[in-house]
Formats: sequence, C-alpha cells, structure tokens
Amino acid sequence: MEALLDILSELHPEVDFETATGLIDDKVLDSFDIVTIVAEINAEYDVQIPAVELTPENFNSARALYALVERLMEE
Amino acid sequence: MQITSISYLLFAAAVLLGYFLLPKKVRWMYLLASSLFFYLMAGVEYLGFLVLTVLSTYVGGRLMERNLSKQERYLAENKDSLSREEKKACKNRIKIKNRLILAAILVLNFGILGACKLGNDYSLWMLGLPFGISFYMFQSMGYLVDIYRGTDKAERNFFKLALFASYFPQLIQGPISKHSVLAPQLTAGKGFDGKAFSFGIQRMLWGFFKKLVIADRIAAAVVILRGPEYTGVGFFLLTLFYAVQIYADFTGGIDMVIGLSQALGITLPENFVRPYFSKNIAEYWRRWHISLGEWMKSYIFYPISVSSPMLKLSKAARTKLGNFGKRLPVYAASVATWAVTGIWHGLTPNFLLWGMMNCFVIVVSEELNPLYEKFHNRLGFKEKKWYGGFEILRMFLLMNLIRVVDWFPDVGQYFSRMGSLFTTFNFHVLWDGTLMKLGLTALDYGILAFGIATMFSVSLFEETKGSIRERLYTRPVLRYALFVALLLIVLLMGSYGIGYDAGNFIYNRF
Amino acid sequence: MKKKIALFTSVLVIFALLFFCLQALLVPKYMDKSKEGNLIGEYYANAGNNDVVFVGDCEVYENFSPITLWEEYGITSYIRGSAQQLIWQSYYLMEETFRYETPKVMVFNVLSMKYDTPKSTGDQDEREAYNRMTLDGMRWSSSKWNSIQASMTEQEREKEAQFSYLLPLLRFHDRWSQLTADDFTYWFHRLQVSDNGYLMQTGIKPAGDDYWEPPLADYSFGENSWYYLDKMVELCESKGTELVLIKAPALSPIWHDAWDEQIAAYAKEKGLKYINMLEYQEEMGIDWSVDTYDAGKHLNVYGAEKAARWFGDYLQKECGVADRRNDPQLSALWTKKTEAYNDRKALLESKKSEEIS
Repeated sequence: MEALLDILSELHPEVDFETATGLIDDKVLDSFDIVTIVAEINAEYDVQIPAVELTPENFNSARALYALVERLMEE
Repeated sequence: MQITSISYLLFAAAVLLGYFLLPKKVRWMYLLASSLFFYLMAGVEYLGFLVLTVLSTYVGGRLMERNLSKQERYLAENKDSLSREEKKACKNRIKIKNRLILAAILVLNFGILGACKLGNDYSLWMLGLPFGISFYMFQSMGYLVDIYRGTDKAERNFFKLALFASYFPQLIQGPISKHSVLAPQLTAGKGFDGKAFSFGIQRMLWGFFKKLVIADRIAAAVVILRGPEYTGVGFFLLTLFYAVQIYADFTGGIDMVIGLSQALGITLPENFVRPYFSKNIAEYWRRWHISLGEWMKSYIFYPISVSSPMLKLSKAARTKLGNFGKRLPVYAASVATWAVTGIWHGLTPNFLLWGMMNCFVIVVSEELNPLYEKFHNRLGFKEKKWYGGFEILRMFLLMNLIRVVDWFPDVGQYFSRMGSLFTTFNFHVLWDGTLMKLGLTALDYGILAFGIATMFSVSLFEETKGSIRERLYTRPVLRYALFVALLLIVLLMGSYGIGYDAGNFIYNRF
Repeated sequence: MKKKIALFTSVLVIFALLFFCLQALLVPKYMDKSKEGNLIGEYYANAGNNDVVFVGDCEVYENFSPITLWEEYGITSYIRGSAQQLIWQSYYLMEETFRYETPKVMVFNVLSMKYDTPKSTGDQDEREAYNRMTLDGMRWSSSKWNSIQASMTEQEREKEAQFSYLLPLLRFHDRWSQLTADDFTYWFHRLQVSDNGYLMQTGIKPAGDDYWEPPLADYSFGENSWYYLDKMVELCESKGTELVLIKAPALSPIWHDAWDEQIAAYAKEKGLKYINMLEYQEEMGIDWSVDTYDAGKHLNVYGAEKAARWFGDYLQKECGVADRRNDPQLSALWTKKTEAYNDRKALLESKKSEEIS
C-alpha cells in the first residue's frame, strides 16, 4: 500500500490519496495517468492489470486500486 | 430521409405516437420495425451490410459466452480437484478460443467497413457508404469486445440485438452507445414520462435551431472560403466559420437524436459538453464527440497501452530515458489511437494528418507540463479569471486550425494555406466587400449573429449556472412562450426549402 | 392534469393562430404584379351555378369574357385558368370543380397537350413559380394533393415541396425581409382581380405578319398528356358533363397542323366536339391589329368579347346551354358582376389614356 501511495503521489503531489475516493469521477486522474499507474504497478508489484480492469470503480480510490492489485496477485 | 426533413418529422411523430399507444411488451418490436423502415428508406441496397454485421455479432457473442459458461461450469464442478495451474490453463484455453472468434468477427466487420470507406473516399465503386455503417459497426464491435472481456452478457434474442445495432435515431450520426447501457432501455418499454417527453421535444427544437438557423446558413460561406484565393485572413475566416458550422451542425444533430430518444424515455449518452469552453486540446477531446472518444479509449488506447509489449517497453525505456521513457508507452498508444480516429473520419491522408496533429499537441503539452507549472508558479496568474479566458481562446483557435484540415485532401494545400496566416496580412478582406461575396447577404450575417449570440449565451449559462430547462420546468407559461418563440424563429429564420441547399449533416460523411 | 391540458391546448391554439397570421402575411399577394396568381383562389366565392366551366392556361383566362357570354346569351360561366397550367393540373381542377358544381359543359383548351412532364416546360425555377400560382390557390383536397404530386419538379421533390403547398409559409418563410406595403394592405383580404376568372387587359399591341417557330423533331403528344386527356373524358362522362375541346384563337405559340390533326382524330374517336378557333377568326371578326395586347399571344378585352360572342352562339346552338336571364336570383348576381366588369374596363381604359397623354 505504501509503495502504491508513493506512485500516486509522484503523479499528483497535490492530492491526498489516502482519503480521496473520487479520483476518476472528479477527474483527478486522466487516461494518461491511469496508464502510467498501470506501468508503475507492473514495475513495482510485477502484476499486469488488463484493460478490462481499467474502470472507474477500480481507480476511484487508492484503497480500491490496492484491492485490485491484491486480487490480481492472487490469481 | 434527412433528419431535418418534414418526412423525418412526420416519421418521428408516428413513431412516438405508436410507441406510447402500443402495449409495453411489444414496444421494442415496434422500434425495430420503425428502424428497419427507416433503414429501407435510406436504401435497400445497404440492408445486407447491416444484416451481416448483426448476424456475425450475434453468433460471435453467443459462441464466446457459451465457451465462458462452459469454463465456469467446469471450474465450479472441479473446484477442489484442480490445481491452480490447471485452472489457469483451462482459462487460457478458453481465452485463446474466444480471442480467435473475436478476431475473426472483428476482421470481417472492420474489413467491410474499411472496404466501404476506401470505395467511398476514392470513388472505387458507385455504391457509396452504407448508411450509418460507422456508427452501427463501432457499437456492435464494442459489444462484442465487452462479451469477450466478460463485462457484458450476450444477447439471446437476435431481434433485440438487431434493434441495438439499428436503433434509428442514432444511425445517422451516433452517439455510439454501450450495449449494457442502451439495450436494456430499448427493450424495457418504459411508460410515458411527461417531463422527459417535453425535455426531449424541447431538445429537438433546439437542435433544429442550431442546424437550420446557423449551420445551414453559414454552410455556403464555408464552401466558398475553401477556394484557393482565400489566404491569410481569408483562411482565418474559414477556420472560424467552419468552427461555427460544424459545432452547430453536429451538436444540433445530436440534440435531435438525443431529444427524440428522451421523448421515447431512452437516455443516450451525451456526446458534447460545451467543448469550446475547454482550456486545452486534451480536455476538448473529453468534451467533443465523447462517445467516439470513450470507444477509442476503451477498445484501442487502453488495450494497447497496458499490453505486455508496452509494459516491457516501459520497463526498458525508463532505465535509459528516465521520466520520458516512463511515458513512452502512453505516447505510443496515443499515436495508434489517433491514427485510428483519423482513419475513422476518412481514408484520405488529411484525416491521418488531422489525427497526428491532435496527438502531437496533446503529447507536447503533456511533456511541457512541468515547464508550464514552473512558469506559472513564478508568475502566479494561473488562478486569474482572464487567464482562463486566454486558455479557452488559445484552445479554440488552435483547434480551429487543426480541424479545418478536413477540407484539404491535398495536405500540401493545407500547409501552404496555413503558412499564409503568417505571411499574408490582408486585413482588408474584412471591409473591402469580400464578406459580401461569400454567398451571404447582410441579412444572413444578421441572422447568423443573432443565432450565434443565442447559442453562445445558452452555452455560457449552462456552463456557469447549470440547466436552463430545469429552471424553466417550474414555470410552464414562460416555458411554453419560449418554446413557441423558438419554433417561430426556426420557421422564419431557418435555411430550408427551395432556395436553400440545406444539404446533409456534415457527419454523414464519416 | 386538467390545468396542464388546458395550458397545452391554449398554447396550441395560439401557435396555430400565429402561424396562420404569419402565413397570410408572408405569401405573395399578386395584387400589383402577376395578378394571375389570384385566379385559382377566386373561384370558390363564385362556384355553384356555372353552366360552363373553362379549364386551361392563359389562352382561356385571357381570351373569353364570361360577362359577354352572360350579356349576350344568358350563359353562366367561370374560367378556371392559370398561367402555364399543365394538363394534369387542368384535370385535377376539373375534378375539384365537380365537388362544387356540375356544369353542363366543361371546356378544355388543348394547347398544354404539348407539355408531357413538368421537366418538358424548361426552366425549373420558372416552373415552380407557375406551379405555385396554380396550386397555392386551391383549397385542401385530395385533388390538390394529387395535383401537387403530379406537378412537382425534381428540385421541388428533393425539397419536399408537397408540404409547402399545403402550408405555404414553409415556402415563403424568408419573405419577411422583402415585405411591401401591399403585404400589409392585403394581409387578410384581396381585391378581386378577375371577372369570373377572366383577367382583363385593355392594351393594344398589334400582331406582326409572320410567326415562325423552329420545326419540331417530333409532333406527337406525350404519353402522359394523352393519359390525362383520357382521364378528363372519363371524368366528364361519369358526371354527365359534356367535354368540349378547344384551341383558343391566338397566333403564338403556333398550333401546328400535326397537333391539330391528332386532336381532331382523338375527338372523333371519343365522340367529342373539338373546335380549332383559329379557323373561325374571320367569323369572330378578330382584327389582329387591335384585338391583342401582346402582338398575337393573347387577345385583349375587345378580342375576348368577340371570341365570347362567337363561342356563346356555339355553346347555345351546339351544346344546348340554357339562357338563365329569367332566373331573378342569377340575374341580380350577374348584373352586379357586369357592373364590376364595366367599372374595371372603364378604369383600365382611363389609365391607358392617361398613359398615352
């Protein structure tokens, strides 16, 4: 979780990712950010997030995103 | 049937009337029959293309779903006996199977689309572009990919799928809807909703206003301004006039489509959110032709940018190129997406150039962002209101310049014309009578000024204060008075009938 | 709910009222120029007791004076003519006429047989203007609708002009920038321009001696023309009305012998009367140096009175059209008409002499 928060903060230092829950709905993250995050996660956790998982639900908060990473790691 | 024609209005009225008179259960069949009738009016010869797409989509979707459910059953039955690897292998097997099915149908359909577009753009055959092909094709293929991904259920009823593909209001110019959102509404047979009905009719009228009073009137001047003698300021006028025309034409058409659907109780996705108020090109593309942008994002941009080769590229590039390397995959995917978007609009070189220009501007501004930030932090006027206005104006002018390449299949022509902007300062065209030679009279300019001012005021209000119609809804007398006034304005000031070459909607071309 | 419906209905009524007021304002009034634009619409106030109805193009509404027919023979008649009226338009006007009255004799001028389709008349914009003058004046009916469908040019069809013939606002919607005083003066009423469909001309422009038109490659009438002529025959037969074919006395356009022969043969076959009045010019006493206002294309009022005097005699003797002067009601009505006619004639003549002096 810490590493994920680092990735996110590096993209948008001005956002408090621990509490934010509308990253997509409030247009904090755009599609460029999302793809960058996917690449970073791939480098950090060695998990490949498929295109089908690039949904607002998975990217709206750091918590949801981390849950996604954990789920993919298990599979 | 043109969407602004009286025949279409009568047809739409008949559809609305019949729809609410019929029992809810059969309403979707009635919509399908109406859509087919509409399609046949456009040309019997095109029906085969539509049927082929629906049929292949139907079969493909069903096959893939059967494979998926087989897999699920197998995994459920042998939940305990299978090892993790075996489960994974089973999933992979099915995935490869489905990928083959998907690929076959995508190749078939996009092959047809490509051939039709090629034939049309280069006049290889006399057939012309099958009616609405770009829209029903993209919509159907999106549905198929969703099944492959497991995010949507395959439609069991062939005719319901046919309705999803051929739903007539959006055949003309979109929006491109997602199956999971649109199809349930088409078949639900909702009851009559007075508010939705009146909002829908209002929206159609507003579309007519934009299309007939503004777009069709200014169209004559756009055609003339394309002539080679209009350089410098003349070319600037072309970019400006075309911006007005395409906005009024395309958003007006979409207003009619969404409005009619709304009256039927069907909510289509918004295709525009006042795009000319965007502050940069990336934002513009999130607000202009949204449904196409979403489609490209979900089915082209994301799959490419998060694919294994791209991730590998990213890993390799980041060690060598640093931060830029990190973003390299995004940019590569952007180029691909914009190339496809360009080609979607037409197979002539100018459309590819158009896509690349958009991509270039977006990528460059993304790269320069840190620089901008520093600059702004030092000067500190970023939060100022006037700066926001400046950004909007900058975006508007830049986008006008990019957009006008539509009219120059000969790309060299475009560049030389663009060059003239910086070399030819012929401001005299503004007062030497040139404006009167563009097929518009002083009265036309007056009507246009009135129309554009009205359109702009409404947009500005909605951008800053929210929905006008919601506010008016509680004041029925005022609402009706405005409706009748707008209707009379359209009747008296619209360019239609003999003496006007109203022409097709610009977006029919694509 | 009740309130909502009441509001909706009143908005609908207000809109309809506004629409029709605007439409009345925007349509051309044809009061000053192109007066013939009013001819077709003037019929309805004069329908009901006409024993003879003329149908056709300018060769009927310029060449016969119904007032003279009344004064000399007590024949009640009306001319349903309009500028360059084509044969299908004539047919549907006949059909419509039977909704209002069943005349004893229907007279059709055969010149328009030479136009087989809307296209064959030439310029499309001009054709549209003529279509307007014939069709806009008609009241709503299936006859009007069918006439519209038969009359539209390609351009009109493309622009869905059929609807704008029903609601002319859709055609003239942009005339608001060109309105003149006349449009306001005649917003809700018009002056009568004709005397029972006859458009009076008092000018004199003598005809020259020789008329020449280039020879045609083919003198046979088109299929469509024959089709509508057949329909006219059937229609009149079914109503018990005698159809009389005429070629009005006019020098130009030339009425070719080959055409004359075809019509004569046709009339013989169908047992109809066909009179080529060009052959009776001398009997009528037409003098082409004083009886035409446009060098032989049409007669002026002096010529039209002569032609009517001659044709009235024919109608009475050959077709048995009755003298209605004993009918007090009709007599009173036609006396009024005659007065209006004489006033108009005097007015036009005084204007003419003013111009000369």
